[in-house]
Amino acid sequence: MTMPPNSSNGIPVSIRSLRKSFGHQEVLKGLEFEIRSGEVFVLMGPSGSGKSVFLRHLIGLESPDSGEIRIGNELATAEGVGDRFRLAMVFQSGGLLNSLTVAENVGLMLTEHRLKSPDEIQKIVADRLALVRLGPEVAGKLPSELSGGMRKRVAIARALVSDPQLILYDEPTSELDPMVALTIGREILKLNRRTGATSVVVTHDRDLAFGIADRIAFLVNGHLVAIGTPDEIRAMRHPVLEEFLAADFKRSTDDDSR
Amino acid sequence: MFQNLGEMLMLLGATLRALPRVWRDRRKVGEQLFDIGNASLFMACTLSLFIGGVLALQTGPVLSERGLGSSLGGLVALGLCKELAPVMMAVLIAGRIGSAMAAELGSMRVYQEIDALRTLNINPIHYLVVPRVIAISIALPCLVVFANLTGWLGGAVVASMNDRIGVSWNAYFGNLRQVVEFSDLANGMIKSFVFAVVIGVVSCHQGLTTLGGPRGVGRSVTKAVVNSIVFILVLDYVLTRLLLPLDKGWRF
Repeated sequence: MTMPPNSSNGIPVSIRSLRKSFGHQEVLKGLEFEIRSGEVFVLMGPSGSGKSVFLRHLIGLESPDSGEIRIGNELATAEGVGDRFRLAMVFQSGGLLNSLTVAENVGLMLTEHRLKSPDEIQKIVADRLALVRLGPEVAGKLPSELSGGMRKRVAIARALVSDPQLILYDEPTSELDPMVALTIGREILKLNRRTGATSVVVTHDRDLAFGIADRIAFLVNGHLVAIGTPDEIRAMRHPVLEEFLAADFKRSTDDDSR
Repeated sequence: MFQNLGEMLMLLGATLRALPRVWRDRRKVGEQLFDIGNASLFMACTLSLFIGGVLALQTGPVLSERGLGSSLGGLVALGLCKELAPVMMAVLIAGRIGSAMAAELGSMRVYQEIDALRTLNINPIHYLVVPRVIAISIALPCLVVFANLTGWLGGAVVASMNDRIGVSWNAYFGNLRQVVEFSDLANGMIKSFVFAVVIGVVSCHQGLTTLGGPRGVGRSVTKAVVNSIVFILVLDYVLTRLLLPLDKGWRF
């Protein structure tokens, strides 16, 4: 594999008074926190709390109504920030182009920007697929021929092509069975340790969050209600956070008697 | 409505600005061109064969009864090349290709493929819109040429085989050559080129602005086809009016 350990240093992210509304609905309500360089930062919260919207701000797919996000020392909305810092995102659905093969998907950025020769691209693609433990036999397949877990891994491989300094994962284990989710979680952690990239993971999967996070932030209705290490989060007292962490499916005796 | 129109004009502007990249993306244009031709050529020819036939069948007996049967070839040919072929082919392409473009881009938007392109620093307009608009702008005028030829042929077959018309093959094509000028063909080609750009831009715009999952894709497809057809019919009048000076053009 050509990617050496810690080949790219992560970058810090700073969020100041971030607000965003869609119509009359305010989705992000003055978020303010720091993401440290090289850490695995997990943003957790119930559905509809604004996690994915926040992630879309980080990668520049949304612009804030007010407040700012600084990636390194630059505003995330600044022209060409994507050229100066290597940013990548793994989408909830994978975001793979269904008309392209796995290899074409993984090498898409290099091909489109003509950054490498076709032979070099082929080597890089094979390397990144190997990093997420996918063999060369999947390279010629279409995304529709892969399982959900494999698609997620291909999406991660594609994100790794730019050797990113900041990598964002949107619900990386959604729609996956617990075994595959565990594998994906381990891949995220392993890649973070190997590349040193700052990793921001949005999820409502508690096992994943507490399994991989250096720090966790908990978002409720667009407000940041808790931030800290997994142990600190467990110890915090907030009604929604406690309910979220304790939520478990238990059949009542009424259900059993039916 | 006006916001949509503004967005579409901006999309057209961005597409025009990206034109210098076309040579670089010629493979994508070629693929789109092949898809459009593959999906539409047979249907376009079949449709125009029958349109030519119907045109001859409707007008032939009336002209023959008044001793004007010999001018049938020119009438069918002019009707086809100036009006029916460009408009009918544009409607066909809006339904067949415009809908497919809106559906494909709409699905890509819904399944975050377009967002993924942006995060890879790939401009979706360069990557998705430009090859499609260029391909459809080349394909539609070409289809109109085929539609003219098969339509004329359809008219000739009906004219020569129908007893109430009784215009010979030679008389039909003799009159056609006498009446049809190069400017008439150019008239139809210019119209079809403009219609193609409209279909491409409207359909891609609808696809790129799709919201709300699979239902949203369905809505985008319907809007792409309906809006394209409305624009085609409105622009048909405008273009016909603007292209009137061409009528005194070159003769074959």
